[in-house]
Amino acid sequence: MKRTLFLSLIAVLAFATPVFAQETVNGAGATFPAPLYIAWAYEYNKVSGVKLNYQSVGSGAGQRQIVERTIDFGASDDPLPSEKLAKDNLIQFPTVIGGITLVVNIPGVKSGEMKLDPTVLSKTFLGEIKTWDDAQIKKLNPGLNLPSTPITVVHRSDGSGTTAIFTHYLAEVSPAWKTKVGEGKSVSWPIGIGGKGNEGVANYVKMTPNSIGYVEFAYAKQNKLVYTKLRNKAGNFVEPNFESFENAAETGNFYPKKDFHVWLTNSPGKTSWPIAGATFILLAKDKKDVNRKAVKFFNWAYTNGDTTAKNLVYIPLPKTLKDKVRAYWKSKGIQ
Amino acid sequence: MAIIPKKNPLDMTFSLITAIASLSVIFIIIGIFWILIKESSLAMSKFGIIQFLTSTAWNPVLEMFGAATNIYGTFVTTALALVFAVPTAVGIAIFVTEVAPNFLKGPIGIAIELLAAIPSIIYGMWGLFTLAPIMSKYIEPALQNSLGKLPVFEILFRGTPLGIDILTASVILSIMIIPFTASIARDSFNLTPSIVKESAYAIGATKWEVIKNVVLPYSKLGVFGGVVLSLGRALGETMAVAFVLGNSHKIATSFFDAAATITVTLANEFTEADSDIYLSALFYLALVLFVLSFVILAIAKLFLLRAEEKYSR
Repeated sequence: MKRTLFLSLIAVLAFATPVFAQETVNGAGATFPAPLYIAWAYEYNKVSGVKLNYQSVGSGAGQRQIVERTIDFGASDDPLPSEKLAKDNLIQFPTVIGGITLVVNIPGVKSGEMKLDPTVLSKTFLGEIKTWDDAQIKKLNPGLNLPSTPITVVHRSDGSGTTAIFTHYLAEVSPAWKTKVGEGKSVSWPIGIGGKGNEGVANYVKMTPNSIGYVEFAYAKQNKLVYTKLRNKAGNFVEPNFESFENAAETGNFYPKKDFHVWLTNSPGKTSWPIAGATFILLAKDKKDVNRKAVKFFNWAYTNGDTTAKNLVYIPLPKTLKDKVRAYWKSKGIQ
Repeated sequence: MAIIPKKNPLDMTFSLITAIASLSVIFIIIGIFWILIKESSLAMSKFGIIQFLTSTAWNPVLEMFGAATNIYGTFVTTALALVFAVPTAVGIAIFVTEVAPNFLKGPIGIAIELLAAIPSIIYGMWGLFTLAPIMSKYIEPALQNSLGKLPVFEILFRGTPLGIDILTASVILSIMIIPFTASIARDSFNLTPSIVKESAYAIGATKWEVIKNVVLPYSKLGVFGGVVLSLGRALGETMAVAFVLGNSHKIATSFFDAAATITVTLANEFTEADSDIYLSALFYLALVLFVLSFVILAIAKLFLLRAEEKYSR
């Protein structure tokens, strides 16, 4: 009796471990692109048989894990400067673009109706503009009937790449923001309430009248939130959509020599949406074999993954930028 | 070694295995404590102990960190949750043991135990999507218009009721800890010898008098134990609170303000903490919680022991 029990235990253990030795690539990092990487990995597995595991543990953890070489590739929402990459012997390139949308909940105001400019936006998030009928907002929106109720500002409560891009933009356009708050994945907010994750912010804006918040483009689209127009560097009021994000990516200054270290904020294009950012992959230079596998995957995704990306509301890289990245891979000897 | 009998080898192995199992608990606790101290040493040397505990700064950009707002938030939400939960739980226990007809006892008991089995992330999502809108639309404006008009209470009900605040978090916490308190209270009420209760009824005591003068005094130790257990759970609860507390590092005076507890700050900020000092400050915060929970449970245990001594005399 005991013996059969023991044998069956062994049998169970033997089946629990994978029988087929599959080629695997392990990655970890940013939560923002995780749904896309997982979808790409699923499709790639069908055509190549290579298994790609991705754990969405956060950009900070992704950076730390690739520095410690416990994973094959790291993913991060904020670009690392070349000096830091050189120090840790890393390679960096972008995969997709994420856009940040301003969403409001003002009774009677519909999507695309409200216009904001950088000054008004930063003053609102600093708490200097307190009501929707403030003269500075009225001046931009003469046609809108704006209430005199106080503005509720909604921001992220957790550390996030979304906040990093948003505060980077505010620090770029407003000196007051730069000195009083600064930029980072989590900052000391002067006012407002914090929602956990994009879904938290989206939900708070949805249920709180007279509120304003910032969320990833996908969340604004999926939750059908009311988005605003924003004045870009060229002086035009633009709407957040695939075209304006792509224009930002095309006119953003991605330099392979700087390992693509760039923020897509305040891009100079005429139709560019001013708050966007790429999400990045980090590879360890010394792991040549693994890098080849990872790059093969991302090259496949560049060529075949745009539809999947758009379906999941990510903005694919423009073709010119993809070619720059491919040349970058060649120059590093991994393709 | 007295705990390991010498003669039978099977006995010996068995004793050894149980000894290892129990000792491992102590080693794990010491190990965690040591890691927390090691990882937080950077923040400890930069901010010191008194300054870290009393500073209300929490600014990742300037890399200034203090635990005061987090400790404050932890205590306020826990205390408020206990205020809501303990009377409700004791009421439930009294109803189930003394008042309810027999056919109701089973279903209510099972319902309470099921409440304890719900994972806390579900409480969090439910709180965010269901409870918070109800709080902000109906309950909080009602409170503001009634209690908020009184002179002293006014300060507790200031601000726009958004539903993302200390009050909502405490309500969720209280729902989560009610099952613990209630089922332990019920078990201790059940331990009251029926002969004592029946004697009380025999000399003409009413149900209320029996509960007040016989059952409650007899079982107060058990009830207190249940409260301590739920206090421990409330102190460490994370995900349910993370969704509805707002994670704002300020000392809030109103129940309608957002706040942060130690665990919520850890859950929210750990994944994206990129600088060494930031990470170290978070570990330091975890160490503070570790010590706090330890001290509170130790005090509660002492209290219980003392009461037990007094009681057994």
